[in-house]
Amino acid sequence: MSKILTVSPSPHVTSDQSVQHLMYGVVLSLVPAFLVSLYMFGIGAVIVTAISILSCVVFEMLIQKYIMHTEISIRDGSAIVTGLLLAFNLPSNLPWWMIVLGSLFAIGVGKMAYGGLGCNPFNPALAGRVFLLISFPVHMTTWPLPLQSRIQYLDAVSGPTPLGILKETVRSGATAADALQQIPGHMQLFMGQMGGSLGEISAIALIIGFFWLLYKKIITWHIPVTMIATVFIFTGILWLAEPAKYASPLFHILTGGVMLGAIYMATDLVTSPVTKAGMVIYAVFIGLITVVIRIFGAYPEGVSFAILIMNAFVPLINKYIRPKRFGEEVKNG
Amino acid sequence: MIRTFNKGGVHPHENKISARSGIQGLPVPGSVAIILSQHLGAPAKPVVNRGDEVKTGQIIAKGDGFISSNVHASVSGKVIKIDVADDVSGYKRPAVFIEVSGDEWLDNIIRDGSVDREIKLNGTEIINRISESGIVGLGGATFPSHVKLTIPRGKKVDNLIINGVECEPFLTADHALMLEKGEELMVGVKILMKALNLNKAVIGIENNKPDAIQHLQSLSAQYGGIQIQPLKVKYPQGGEKQLIKAITGREIPSGGLPMDVGALVFNVGSVFSIYEAVQKNKPLFERIVTVTGRSVSKPSNLRVRIGTPVSALIEAAGGLPSDTGKIICGGPMMGKALSNTEIPVVKGTSGILMLPDSESRRHKILPCVRCGKCVDVCPMGLEPYLLMPLSQHDHFDALERAHVMDCIECGSCSYICPARRPLLDYIRLAKANVGKIIRTRRKP
Ligand code: SF4
Ligand code: SF4
Repeated sequence: MSKILTVSPSPHVTSDQSVQHLMYGVVLSLVPAFLVSLYMFGIGAVIVTAISILSCVVFEMLIQKYIMHTEISIRDGSAIVTGLLLAFNLPSNLPWWMIVLGSLFAIGVGKMAYGGLGCNPFNPALAGRVFLLISFPVHMTTWPLPLQSRIQYLDAVSGPTPLGILKETVRSGATAADALQQIPGHMQLFMGQMGGSLGEISAIALIIGFFWLLYKKIITWHIPVTMIATVFIFTGILWLAEPAKYASPLFHILTGGVMLGAIYMATDLVTSPVTKAGMVIYAVFIGLITVVIRIFGAYPEGVSFAILIMNAFVPLINKYIRPKRFGEEVKNG
Repeated sequence: MIRTFNKGGVHPHENKISARSGIQGLPVPGSVAIILSQHLGAPAKPVVNRGDEVKTGQIIAKGDGFISSNVHASVSGKVIKIDVADDVSGYKRPAVFIEVSGDEWLDNIIRDGSVDREIKLNGTEIINRISESGIVGLGGATFPSHVKLTIPRGKKVDNLIINGVECEPFLTADHALMLEKGEELMVGVKILMKALNLNKAVIGIENNKPDAIQHLQSLSAQYGGIQIQPLKVKYPQGGEKQLIKAITGREIPSGGLPMDVGALVFNVGSVFSIYEAVQKNKPLFERIVTVTGRSVSKPSNLRVRIGTPVSALIEAAGGLPSDTGKIICGGPMMGKALSNTEIPVVKGTSGILMLPDSESRRHKILPCVRCGKCVDVCPMGLEPYLLMPLSQHDHFDALERAHVMDCIECGSCSYICPARRPLLDYIRLAKANVGKIIRTRRKP
């Protein structure tokens, strides 16, 4: 036999879906949301996104080369996804050096300190975002207004987000209904015409991305649908009880980070549960914690915190919510 | 109603490229090497000596022990040596080497091509004939069929299931058999029903073989009690546990046997051999083998004498494609990669698959991203992503508690893993080690 044959154990074929496919699939699915952001916030969206991706990739490379002395693995695409998602969670007028710091925290502390891909308990992009929120609360809560300053970056016209307006009005003693008068209508919210972090504003664009991810089998419906439904039902109950005091459930799911969080942040493979049942439990709690923070907490928005809190419970969920084994519960008739 | 099993499963590309090529007889080769352990259980004991002349169909080795099976000469000629030959796993196995002269069959084998519908033997005689004829499970497990049919006291079988699923990608041997030998199969099922004293049986066939389903369905009108059950395409539906679940809804308990839920499963290839043994007095010395691959010029389903070297099959299918990097005995999900092409065909050889070099090598392994896909697809409800590190660190107790022994080695977990982790490699290792521990524990 002249031919050298490969001998390896079965299976001899693999599915088409590799980690790279998953990561680049996520990147592709975010294109519609990015385009809306570009339309609403202009140049700032481009600058923030570019800086964030670039610094995440560079930091990952540098840390692997000079600190961890491991193979450089940026080709798996995960640093790009972290950078992109971090950018989507930032206001589009955030100074560049803050973005760089946030990226360093996301990659360095959020991911590499735990050992790199697959080892981190917390969503790195959210870790970066929360780090920035705590370090630079003013910058992180000043959002550019949509459609107003497309060619300005740092000096974009800014204003509060719908959730910010709601929180302030309710705090000042007025009703939710008063607040809603200052807020764009549901249709505008749905399209993404509001202040906010650059990638979170357009529900429709994010939902398009969601269907793409489902179609490509990159994520399943369990986490996004459960989380959004939980927010909707919980706020719906409050709203039905006291419509004057609370905003409508539709308002709650269309504003802030619910869509982005449910579809992209909570579904991060590494930091979410492995079983479907585990995913549902995890998503219900994220929804509940989000609403509790929004309505009773000091911050107007609670999605990031809710996800990070539940990230911490994922090992526990994985430990107790196990798949049912074949033949485990035999009920043969 | 179309059925399937409910837990896990994957959908690899089907690649049934040889589905439209009928069954062709491969000419008798110049010499054969007949391995004596072609079945699960103890190797058979040779009953011929060097220099003996044998006829096609003559017994050359007798089953030794309860789980063992007879082996017959697949050609006529002279025994040139009794030595060892490489088997598909690369182990040396005792084998009888025969140099072929002519093709002279034993006189009592009926060689007319007619379908013999009348079953003259009674139940016990049927089982004896199956035992004498060396019939084993041709789906790959090669469990001796007569042992399966000997129901222990106190057990009851009420579900006879015939496996026509052929869920492995590329393989079409069973499909071709169902199309061309449908009548014989029906009679074969009737024989099994008689041996088991049952008045019904179900043939499970995946939906991607509508012609076979239709053909057998039309035949079933004449053969009362045989139901054709179409199944949704999903790997590993041909797994015994999955097929029983799909058809009866019953789950074999962990560590149990089909009999524990009153079921017995026979592969269509075995059923055909049983027909030939019982009606035509022909022992199992040839079988249908799919020879295929996307670069293969003539993907075929060949009727091959046991002991024929794989190289002869490849030649018949148009020769080894130049881009070949791996030759697999069986399908791509559970088959074994061959180290050379002189390895002989055995009773369990369902296919020879040639994969191009570009698809032969393993991918780079990335860290587990805890996507849960392996958990999702495991038909046994295991957690491969946890089993692999446990196996790497020799945590045998934990592996046993995690029911690693339930794994059916279907490969779905390794197939789906986006990080390309070799989950099944480590699970196999764990099974070998844990199995050893369990066996030593049983001994006093
Ligand atoms: S663990 Fe075993 S049974 Fe489960 S998917 Fe992997 S090979 Fe199949
Ligand atoms: S499929 Fe692979 S990456 Fe996903 S959880 Fe299983 S082992 Fe980890």
